[in-house]
Amino acid sequence: MNEEEKKALVELLYQLADDDLLVSYRGSEWLGLVPHIEEDVAYSSITQNTMGHAAIFYQILEELGEGNADHLAHARPATERKNAILLEDVNGPGHWLYNEPRYDWAFTVVRNYFYEITKKIKIDSLTKSKYEPLAQVAVKINTETLYHLMHWRTWFYQLINAEGEARNRMEQAIEKVWKDLGGLLSLGPNREGIVAAGLIESEDVLKERFNSEIKEVFNTLNLDFHGELKMERGDGRAGVHTDDLAEALASLSEVYNLNPTVPW
Amino acid sequence: MEASHSLIETEAWRQLDTVCDPEIDTVTIIDLGMVDKVLVSDNKVSVDLLPTFLGCPALGIIKENVIKAIKLIDEVKEVEVNYIKNPPWTSDRITSKGREGLKVYGIAPPPLKLENDGTWKVECPYCGSPYHSVENIFGPSACRSILYCKNCKNPYEAMKPISTMN
Repeated sequence: MNEEEKKALVELLYQLADDDLLVSYRGSEWLGLVPHIEEDVAYSSITQNTMGHAAIFYQILEELGEGNADHLAHARPATERKNAILLEDVNGPGHWLYNEPRYDWAFTVVRNYFYEITKKIKIDSLTKSKYEPLAQVAVKINTETLYHLMHWRTWFYQLINAEGEARNRMEQAIEKVWKDLGGLLSLGPNREGIVAAGLIESEDVLKERFNSEIKEVFNTLNLDFHGELKMERGDGRAGVHTDDLAEALASLSEVYNLNPTVPW
Repeated sequence: MEASHSLIETEAWRQLDTVCDPEIDTVTIIDLGMVDKVLVSDNKVSVDLLPTFLGCPALGIIKENVIKAIKLIDEVKEVEVNYIKNPPWTSDRITSKGREGLKVYGIAPPPLKLENDGTWKVECPYCGSPYHSVENIFGPSACRSILYCKNCKNPYEAMKPISTMN
């Protein structure tokens, strides 16, 4: 692997790691607040797995000389993060600790369902990655992602089919999520380098797969297709972020930052 | 030298068969199919393990327990344990002894395959009945689901089928 290819690999790994880290963090904030107890068991299990996926991507970055994996997860400032903007958004108004959380379950179901669809598309492509360790990890992650996708699909279908308030809120959530959905499949400013290095297929191919999959879902559920994928607030892969990210990082790193030298 | 290497290796495997799942003390990591390789060079033993689920918090505990167990061998001065990325752990790696051990603990072993309609063929670890409802695909740990036996009316857990062929 030459220098250019390694740079592309590192960049892609940060995107994958930061995406899984942020979506897991937002998931962990729901602990004890979800609609029912079985969901608490399920969502926290999914969140734990996904945090494990983030950890293995940070681990590969460590093996490539990027520094300690814990440090990469906890101590990088918001400006260096490569996650999609959609994943840093708060779950809704309020906060689990400081004031009454009034989190939005419809938004959470839509965000997670679309995230798992795009993740599966990327992971499938990564199983053929030229970088062997990444391809191997993708095969493993795929076995777990299947269950996550199944879970969110169940919620998505049931709430849409419930009609009334549930369907209305789901439609509003889809509209909101769609505005930044393109960020999930963005490969960032170095997209050409990443694809040229044979690490993953091109954005166009990934988006094409997403569109054909989501069109089928929307057809079945009689939902309006929202057209081309958008990134209205910008591309997180290029370091564009919102205040929500800084807030999330401060909270998730609070204990780590008390004493970064303590072993975990 | 060769002879003592193979003796240490045999002893290492014996020690590994004493390291149980931290939550399920009726199955060892060998039963679970987690041990990929044991290498002996001079007084050093290296063990390659496969992570069951990437986010499983037991992985760190298992690693520590493997180091402790191997260090009990007199000739061994150094132990190295690595979680490797390939091959991926799948639930069909659990041995038949492991499947029995899970039942003893009250956990149904993972179905060997998914049925064509996506359902699982699982038998209640208490009464053997195949009639159940899946209460939650996710359970108290990443690898287990929660089921309910329609025959003996007991709730029970089952190991999730994990396969690369889905």
